[in-house]
Amino acid sequence: MNVTQATRLVAEREIRVKLRDRTFLFGTLFFLLIAAAGTILPPLFSGGPSTVAVTESLAAPLRAAGLEVRVVPDDRAAEQAVRDDDVDAAVVTGPAVLAMDDAPDDVVRALSTQPTVRLLDPDAVDPVVAFLVPFVFAFVFFITSQTFGVQIAQSVIEEKQTRIVEILVAAVPVRALLAGKVVAGAILAFAQIALIAVVAVLGLQIGDSGGLLSLLAPAIGWFVPFFLIGFVLLAAMWAAAGALANRQEDIAAVSTPVQLAVMLPFFAVIFLNDNATAMRVLSYLPFSSPTAMPLRLFTGDAAGWEPIVSLVLLVLAAGAFLLAGARVYEGSLLRTNGRTSLRTAWRERETIG
Amino acid sequence: MTRTLRLDGVDRSFGDRQVLRNVSFEVSAGRMTGFVGANGAGKTTTMRIILGVLAPDAGEVSWGGTTLTRQDRRRFGYMPEERGLYPKMTTREQVAYLGRLHGLDAAAARRSTDALLDRVGLGERGDDLLETLSLGNQQRAQIAAALVHDPEVLVLDEPFSGLDPLAVETVVAVLRERASAGAPVLFSSHQLDVVERLCDDLVIIGDGVIRAAGSRQQLRDSYTVPRFELVVEHDAGWVRDHPGVTLVELDGARVVFDLPAGTDEQPVLRAALARGPVRAFRPVSPSLTEIFREVTQ
Repeated sequence: MNVTQATRLVAEREIRVKLRDRTFLFGTLFFLLIAAAGTILPPLFSGGPSTVAVTESLAAPLRAAGLEVRVVPDDRAAEQAVRDDDVDAAVVTGPAVLAMDDAPDDVVRALSTQPTVRLLDPDAVDPVVAFLVPFVFAFVFFITSQTFGVQIAQSVIEEKQTRIVEILVAAVPVRALLAGKVVAGAILAFAQIALIAVVAVLGLQIGDSGGLLSLLAPAIGWFVPFFLIGFVLLAAMWAAAGALANRQEDIAAVSTPVQLAVMLPFFAVIFLNDNATAMRVLSYLPFSSPTAMPLRLFTGDAAGWEPIVSLVLLVLAAGAFLLAGARVYEGSLLRTNGRTSLRTAWRERETIG
Repeated sequence: MTRTLRLDGVDRSFGDRQVLRNVSFEVSAGRMTGFVGANGAGKTTTMRIILGVLAPDAGEVSWGGTTLTRQDRRRFGYMPEERGLYPKMTTREQVAYLGRLHGLDAAAARRSTDALLDRVGLGERGDDLLETLSLGNQQRAQIAAALVHDPEVLVLDEPFSGLDPLAVETVVAVLRERASAGAPVLFSSHQLDVVERLCDDLVIIGDGVIRAAGSRQQLRDSYTVPRFELVVEHDAGWVRDHPGVTLVELDGARVVFDLPAGTDEQPVLRAALARGPVRAFRPVSPSLTEIFREVTQ
């Protein structure tokens, strides 16, 4: 059996155990509900076209505007229909619009003349969307790498704490243990996000916001590789942090540097996303590029070659962190007397390998 | 064909504390070798080095004449001193998983797991989460985990600690089976009486140095000063004054004494008979505890 086969076995176990973990399943379900609710509900609440009670003589322009028209015999009946809450609004002779407590914009629009609007940069992103999208990208990467990273560290500590690690190390190369955990974490994280993305896309279509989707598509396309490689980079750090600890209680102390490496880029992207220079820098730094570069692509600020360069930098950084993480992992995995310092772990590789 | 596990001049230090010094011994095929020593004498470190969990600073471990590789070690069964399996997995599932990590395919791992769990008396609890089992049953699961891949060599660190007498018998029977099937079995224990009853060969370690190694009988013979027990009718105090005798124990009519090696013991018997009836006269073999005390001092 070679390292690849061992890695697969380790990853399989990690995934199987996770898929039976209630916390994980409910967490995923919760995210799915949020994704569905966030995409389907807003258009529903905005309520679709208003229903209007009106006499036949005034109905024509309202029908033309696509409103739901209910013809009533006279103005009095129209007003009564509004009062009885049978319709959203009524149009009476004048013409005047009647409604209970909220002026129905679509009815007003149907009865007014509007100047022609010519957009000079029709692709420019709606400011609301421009504010939301960076937040969503950064948030997805932050939450996912945090959740699955902590789980990788916990799984490492569990093996250390129960001492089963001695049996494992005697059977398979230490590298396979590390690789299996990182692979399993990446698969689970990616599957969870893909599931959420599918629900969100369906939601957007049900909610009829399909236009946003075509705007987002290229950014999402780039987000996938950035996300995966960025995740591997952080996972290597989490695994090494886990190996330094000796009990689950130590996890907070050993993972502070990793937490910072996740947290700082998150806030940087959230707060600096309208600062072009800052975003350019962030889109090349390995820890922030997974969110910053897809964002610059989304807003159309990045040239075609930029994501490729940034991705190469990220791959190099992830490779370096994997090697460093593996070394720390090997150096500390079998030290079961209290916490291991990073220095000791780096210097002294215990196992034969 | 006999395959022997051999340690040759193994040294190991932790920082500036040297815990193993030139450790060499053999574990022969088909024999149960007991590995005894005080706490901190180096037993666990030695076993970890055999399994490749720790690297030696010097020296080597060989199996059947060639240096051990990871591939060889995958065919070893190991029970570490500090026990642990995955608390949140069922026994059956994790024993099978460990079987697969040791190179079995899925079907073989499942078959072997089922058979072993029945053998160690865990058949009915096999689908319970490990953390719900009693400590004794977790220990049985640990034995199953060490044996699932039908190992060629067994290295067990304190396999009997925490087991009730019934479970000890089960485990002993399982280990004997493996030994008679030709596997070298190395096991450490604090319980010298258990080791004395079980082992064919013995390795005694003290302060990181092998103090004695060999078959149980051989060790008995070489570490025995001729010692005898004599029971007479009345007071046996006179034995003290017999030429060459070193008194070990005197209790009224019963006396235990040593003679210098090579001395004939019969004159003592004749002297006793001359004084009256002799109820018993026999050589005393030292217990393992006594040999242990002697060689580790």
